[in-house]
Amino acid sequence: MTLYHLPKTAAYDALERIAQDRILILDGAMGTQIQQLGLSEEDYQGQGGCACRHPSDHPQKGNNDLLTLTQPQAIEAIHLRYALAGADIVETNTFSATTIAQADYGLEAAVFDLNAEGARVARRAMDQATRIDGRPRFVAGAVGPTNRTASISPDVNDPGYRAVSFDDLRIAYGEQVKGLIAGGADIILIETIFDTLNAKAAIFACFEAFAAHGQRLPLMISGTITDASGRTLTGQTPTAFWHSVSHARPFTVGLNCALGANAMRPHLAELSGVAETAICAYPNAGLPNAFGQYDEGPEDTAVQVAGFAREGLVNVVGGCCGTTPDHIKAIAEAVKPFSPRSMHNGELRA
Amino acid sequence: MSRYLRLSGLEPFVLTPDIPFVNVGERTNVTGSAKFRKLITNRDYAAALAVARDQVENGAQIIDINMDEGLIDSRAAMVEFLNLVASEPDIARVPVMIDSSKWEVIEAGLKCVQGKAVVNSISLKEGEEAFRHHAGLCLAYGAAVVVMAFDETGQADTFQRKTEICARAYRILVDEMSFPPEDIIFDPNIFAVATGIEEHNNYGVDFIEATRWIRQNLPYAHVSGGVSNLSFSFRGNETVREAMHAVFLYHAIQAGMDMGIVNAGQLAVYDQIEPDLREACEDVVLNRRDDATERMLEVAERYRGGAREEKARDLAWRDWSVEKRLEHALVNGITEFIEADTDEARLAAERPLHVIEGPLMAGMNVVGDLFGAGKMFLPQVVKSARVMKQAVAVLLPWMEAEKAANGGGDGRQSAGRVLMATVKGDVHDIGKNIVGVVLACNNYDIIDLGVMVPPQKILEIAKQEQVDVIGLSGLITPSLDEMVHLAAEMEREGFDIPLLIGGATTSKVHTAVKISPRYHRGQAVYVTDASRAVGVVSQLLSATQKPAYLDMIRAEYAEVAERHERSEAAKQRLPLATARANAMKIDWSAYQATQPRFTGTRIIEDWDLAEIARYIDWTPFFQTWELKGVYPRILEDEKQGEAARQLFADAQEMLARIIAENWFRPRAVVGFWPANAVGDDIRVFTDESRTQPLATLHTLRQQTAKRDGRPNLALSDFVAPIGQPDWVGGFVVTAGPEENEIAARYERANDDYGAILVKALADRYAEAMAEMLHERVRKEHWGYGADEAFAPADLIAEPYRGIRPAPGYPAQPDHTEKLTLFRLLDAEAATGVTLTESMAMWPGSSVSGLYIGHPDSYYFGVAKIERDQAADYAARKGMDLAEAERWLAPILNYQPS
Repeated sequence: MTLYHLPKTAAYDALERIAQDRILILDGAMGTQIQQLGLSEEDYQGQGGCACRHPSDHPQKGNNDLLTLTQPQAIEAIHLRYALAGADIVETNTFSATTIAQADYGLEAAVFDLNAEGARVARRAMDQATRIDGRPRFVAGAVGPTNRTASISPDVNDPGYRAVSFDDLRIAYGEQVKGLIAGGADIILIETIFDTLNAKAAIFACFEAFAAHGQRLPLMISGTITDASGRTLTGQTPTAFWHSVSHARPFTVGLNCALGANAMRPHLAELSGVAETAICAYPNAGLPNAFGQYDEGPEDTAVQVAGFAREGLVNVVGGCCGTTPDHIKAIAEAVKPFSPRSMHNGELRA
Repeated sequence: MSRYLRLSGLEPFVLTPDIPFVNVGERTNVTGSAKFRKLITNRDYAAALAVARDQVENGAQIIDINMDEGLIDSRAAMVEFLNLVASEPDIARVPVMIDSSKWEVIEAGLKCVQGKAVVNSISLKEGEEAFRHHAGLCLAYGAAVVVMAFDETGQADTFQRKTEICARAYRILVDEMSFPPEDIIFDPNIFAVATGIEEHNNYGVDFIEATRWIRQNLPYAHVSGGVSNLSFSFRGNETVREAMHAVFLYHAIQAGMDMGIVNAGQLAVYDQIEPDLREACEDVVLNRRDDATERMLEVAERYRGGAREEKARDLAWRDWSVEKRLEHALVNGITEFIEADTDEARLAAERPLHVIEGPLMAGMNVVGDLFGAGKMFLPQVVKSARVMKQAVAVLLPWMEAEKAANGGGDGRQSAGRVLMATVKGDVHDIGKNIVGVVLACNNYDIIDLGVMVPPQKILEIAKQEQVDVIGLSGLITPSLDEMVHLAAEMEREGFDIPLLIGGATTSKVHTAVKISPRYHRGQAVYVTDASRAVGVVSQLLSATQKPAYLDMIRAEYAEVAERHERSEAAKQRLPLATARANAMKIDWSAYQATQPRFTGTRIIEDWDLAEIARYIDWTPFFQTWELKGVYPRILEDEKQGEAARQLFADAQEMLARIIAENWFRPRAVVGFWPANAVGDDIRVFTDESRTQPLATLHTLRQQTAKRDGRPNLALSDFVAPIGQPDWVGGFVVTAGPEENEIAARYERANDDYGAILVKALADRYAEAMAEMLHERVRKEHWGYGADEAFAPADLIAEPYRGIRPAPGYPAQPDHTEKLTLFRLLDAEAATGVTLTESMAMWPGSSVSGLYIGHPDSYYFGVAKIERDQAADYAARKGMDLAEAERWLAPILNYQPS
């Protein structure tokens, strides 16, 4: 394999150029925006209008990724709102669009379409935003962790057992990434990593997909520190996590989800101190309240995220659970005065 | 970012230049360990995991896992074992080396590890295409790689072949494939020497020289090797093998070998190999003479006989009855067979508890009697305790099961519950731990709260656990006040249980005068050393002996207090002005101070654990273990010699591992500043213009009346007054915080002996560093003793010029001066050493002090001071008098108001 010798895409070069000049803005949560639509089972199924090519016996309410096919205008509108709020990069609505995660909904066969359409819908919204304000926009194909873990046994009595293997994950991720590339994604964003072994399978799948595509897309890799222990769910420290994924030579590495910005800060600072590439952070809007809702306001989140920028810790910022276009707008404003974190050796690693 | 090899398990590992050698754990390798092979063949994965855990706990930074055995499915075994390891955070913490000669096994392994592993190995054996393919997969999985010096024509044996193959592999990996060069580890093949075949004679030299060439010509790449091959011809002669490995590593590491598979338990210390054996090894390894092999065989024969005979004699006791075997194991501190023997005794006993009450307690009674009679010594008793603990650990699950079956209550009668703690602000615990072990041996339940324990916690736990005795320990003088405070608190809260006082600064006088009067309901008792602890506690807890014993203690303390008062009153103190008039008068006009080579501070990181070890003063080490005598004479002492020799051997063994496995990370900072005396203080300046003061070092003056024209000294007397250039220095050294984690690991393995030993050695390391650094200061940094030539052992008598007085010690008893010293040196940032609220340094194995260079300077004790000096000192320091009196309490010659 000639992993590192594939030519970079044009979007890759453009991103690297912009990242030298300023902090890039990533969008916020998709889930919160979808919740506000108050969709019914029928809306998810897409009956009464949209011809979904992937019938299934399972109830689909809650399968947010399916809305790309059944409510494409709604998803496109959310993407556009984020772009106009100031996001340079939006994530496709494909967090759970793998055969492994879609098995719960009986929609394994829909995976290629979910991803290809997911990228196309986002692309349309981004082109629209660029027409409005003239700024370039990028589509990040979102690759979630799946609902299985390759490093932990689900059976406490059999710690050697694994519910999913590296190769299962590699194949599932491979299908997803191929769909995202076919639909025109500019970036592959492997996110909410709670098990680094899952992420390594996704990286391997990206290498294979890029080789087939003949070009390298920029990779963004984002881990999740689950609690105050300062480790991933599978026990790695931020530095150990970076050592485990640095072979991907990603465009960014960073953290998202699980914690609000203040709680994320020390772990982000650790990562920023060791990783020789751009750093990306998109925390939750604080911690959920007793009802599981996030009530940290846009200004509160923005002040904390601006703190990352002031300390020179970040190159890309955005929001995760609980954040809205208003949060992204506030964050974009708040980080504007600050320069991006300077990359070691003055440039991104090839 | 520097191009260092960066790996990870759950935690990162970075091979930085300050790690001279990474020892890869090799006991989870079926080709190297018969024991592990058997466990894997029998699918005893629980025991196999214990082997892995043990390696990590013993300091392995990477563990090698190899399942290449003809009778097992290597691929399945690799996957199963790695998956199990992933569920054990204390093992998965470190990176793994996935070791197999079969690529499919390696690849299956790579699919199981979330961290960044090392692949061991790939090579050009099957040609460039296979090599590229495997290397490409290592990149895709994210792994570093060991590259064997092996090509299409075979394994490289000469310097020429080794370097050619490594260069070719490097070119393909780095130039063609953009493989990170820092992720490449070359293994240029270690082969057996002294085989009798002439072509093999240069194998050692070929490896060492190839290593040197690789490190010079293939940037960022590393060199590793399996060392045990080297001594293959001396199988069965462990002494000789260990010596050969040590000599080989000594030279290979100097040439740049920075990683290797070595059984650290079987490695001699280079400096301590018998000279004739070392020379023979060196001749063979470095191929220095034609008859090297013959001479080596001759020397080896001498070591073979001895070892074998000893082994035969040792094992005769294995034929004895199980009770006698347990007793023998306890008295001799042998853990090797204890689990099987305990189990055998359990099967023969009616209840598991009977094994404890019967043979084990009987054995411990023998130990207690021998100790009481002065026929056994502390280190031996602590080893016995280790055997006892491990035996009890075998019985515990059975006792729990029995307890569950009959609804609670194991029926075990403890002699009493003792709470032990090192007081707030103090971090020293070796002595406390020893006392705990000795009491536990005598059937007391010990609740050890550790170090820096606040008084509320001590009292709370004491109530909650209904303890029978509280034992307090402390090493620095502010701890004395903490003890007084705790005694008063016990009084206030209505306690009446005995309070034991121990530790280096405590004394019978202080206990009698300061502590005992604050605690009337109960009794504070000073315990001289660990050997007295059992006697004291047993009398205090015996209903029949207690009243008489307390009467005796109280009478004794009353007399001590009275005598103390009389003698203090009798000592004539001088007014401060008179004492100052009798200061030491150095003729400064005849003196020109040497200017240090630099001013400001410098961090010193290039510490070599082996070199520091040469500066260790062993006498205090034996004192820690209550073996009183001067090293090396103590080893030949008629009574204590045997215990001392065994302790010394154990210490040497641990020292070898400390060095080989880099257990400690010593750090130090040193600084020099322009300085002049101003009265009893030393003013430190920012630069040679001596206009801007940087700090003031305050010193205290002796106030005892002197005779025969001897001066009343203060440290400022040794520094030139304003107008004449002079300098002072300061330092902080630390053996590092690692000792605590290592000691905790030993404790978890029921090995208190190992835990205490490692702490005692860490202390020695810090002191040795202080000695070594002082020598460097005299010879280089300050340079006034550039042509000094003392051997490390001579330095113990301090024959050199200049002193290094430490705040809190007799020449300047005020611990708060450490704050100034630490600030001048920015010591916390430089070394990680912090000061507790009582001014103890954490980690405990740390030493600080000033450097004073005048040839007439010497160590002295300030002794007691009067109110006039306390007031003057407080004013100079800008501290209020009450606070100054609190810090100076141990040296005040009056009762502060």
